[in-house]
Amino acid sequence: MKRLINLQPPRICAVMLALLPFVFAFFAYVSFSNERLMANPNDKLLPAMSSFGAAIERMALVPSKRSGELLWWVDTASSLRRLGTAVVISSAIGLVVGIALGALPLVSAGMSPFVASLSMIPPMAVLPILFIVFGLGELSKVVLIVFGIAPVIARDIQGRVREIPRELIVKAQTLGASTWLVILRVVLPLALPRLIDAVRLSLGAAWLFLIAAEAIAATDGLGYRIFLVRRYLAMDVILPYVLWITVLAFTMDRLLRFLGRKAFPWHHAGASV
Amino acid sequence: MLSSIVTFTRRRATLVLLCALSLLALSGPVAAAEAKQKFKIAWTIYVGWVPWDYGETSGIIKKWADKYGIEIEVVQLNDYVESINQYTAGAFDGCVMTNMDALTIPAAGGVDSTALIVGSFSNGNDGIILKRKSDLAAIKGQSVNLVELSVSHYLLARALESIGSSEKDITVVNTSDADIVSAAAAKDVTALVTWNPQLAEIVKMPDTHIVYDSAKTPGEIIDLMVVNTGTLAANPAFGKAMAGAWYEIMSIMTQNDAAGLAVRTTLGTVSGTDLAGYDSQLKTTRLFSSAADAVAFAQSADVQKTMKSVAKFSFEHGLLGEGASSEDFIGVGYPGGAVTGDKANVKFRFDDTYMKMAAEHKL
Repeated sequence: MKRLINLQPPRICAVMLALLPFVFAFFAYVSFSNERLMANPNDKLLPAMSSFGAAIERMALVPSKRSGELLWWVDTASSLRRLGTAVVISSAIGLVVGIALGALPLVSAGMSPFVASLSMIPPMAVLPILFIVFGLGELSKVVLIVFGIAPVIARDIQGRVREIPRELIVKAQTLGASTWLVILRVVLPLALPRLIDAVRLSLGAAWLFLIAAEAIAATDGLGYRIFLVRRYLAMDVILPYVLWITVLAFTMDRLLRFLGRKAFPWHHAGASV
Repeated sequence: MLSSIVTFTRRRATLVLLCALSLLALSGPVAAAEAKQKFKIAWTIYVGWVPWDYGETSGIIKKWADKYGIEIEVVQLNDYVESINQYTAGAFDGCVMTNMDALTIPAAGGVDSTALIVGSFSNGNDGIILKRKSDLAAIKGQSVNLVELSVSHYLLARALESIGSSEKDITVVNTSDADIVSAAAAKDVTALVTWNPQLAEIVKMPDTHIVYDSAKTPGEIIDLMVVNTGTLAANPAFGKAMAGAWYEIMSIMTQNDAAGLAVRTTLGTVSGTDLAGYDSQLKTTRLFSSAADAVAFAQSADVQKTMKSVAKFSFEHGLLGEGASSEDFIGVGYPGGAVTGDKANVKFRFDDTYMKMAAEHKL
């Protein structure tokens, strides 16, 4: 049937179509940048591509004059360490709490509304409290991210566990499984693939909170650098950093998807998310 | 099938090209200095800048703009650095900022800027706070929370200089000015540099001491109304209206009569405090309420000395841009034609023309 919803682009075309917006964005940038640089050769708002090259070289390949460090990599390592720690902690909390809430009605009755309320608190709004309780160092940055994403992951897992067909749980029990065994052998294998998806979807928020935490108080990190050089409008540093963050986030998302497919092939039979 | 989609793609590419071209055509020339009717200025909250808000709400700015046949739109921004960035990008014709930020953001970004009105300087409004210690020397070895690369950082550098120390002896932790008060409450924070009203909030906490403040380096942190030099040259009416309005605002708000108190009460509310709070901030500010005082200050040799010191600090911290070869890379012009730094690259000017007109009642 020749209808728009049935038209599939051939593979080569699909690639071209996918590239098109990027190419368009690139050329739009270059033309606007040229125009501004024509009016003011020192314009900092939309630097030329050559300025980006120079800035990346300066940040990533030449040791800093003040500390002797390669700032780009130091920033990346600090940010990834904070983000990684927070995501691992959030996943663990999310999985345990989510399964408990989803599988145990007694726990759910007591804690579900509380976790739901907790997940509604905008973490940025309680920053002063986080500072006082956790100080201003690494811990408060990790806590900010955990506070932001762990409740969301927990609620997602809870929902997934509740979707498990009742028959499966009953069947396991008729085969003699205890509560612990049902959770271990039925609930957990069904919840784990969902955990990967929940973490993937939370990564965007995790980056947001990471950048926010580093903007507020830090001595290094990707967000720190962006907010520092923003003080003198160094877009030649900011834009490559933004691009780099995008690349890192995209890579993490793909790695998690790959991990999910390898570790839980049963979950992905037929699906293409 | 394939060919039809390829044509489609090609057609789409043409379309995209057309879109790009039309966008280009729309955007027009950037920052072209030409005679115009409408002007936009930006301000952010600070004791020496909130009077612009009064000028807007009371209609004084409109009155002076009408007198010179122009329109001036006054916009408040919440974020100080963002307001300067917007000005530098060309979204505003004028913006309030300090002498250091004028040098390192618009001037270093190639936007020729003029300090149209020298409003005030910080005379205790910026300070260094230590917890549990009351001697500046105790700062050595500590982590210091401050807005990095701001006037706070500059003040810290000056303070360290005064005790024969340098930034090598401390660790700077970049801390947002919006969160520095709650940061100060954290146990692991022991040293901070900030400005009012945050400074006043932090010293209310127990066992905190101001060990150094801008009163020890008077006249170095100057609060200005900065405008685009090209726009000002092409539109003297803009400069006249702004100066006229500013000194009328000054003459009303500095009085201790009912009208003056009412204005300062409003300004206190706008700044998030009250009359007493605003008056106490004014005490640590040297406000040039008379145009003659502002002109005398702008003409003094002290300003040149300050700008040299600020340029040195800025260069050492990479704020003059990567292309800068020395602290003299950007020229700064002063009344009477004096220049510090590169005479061929003057991007920041102290201009007393319009303040003088106000002082001589020629507006």
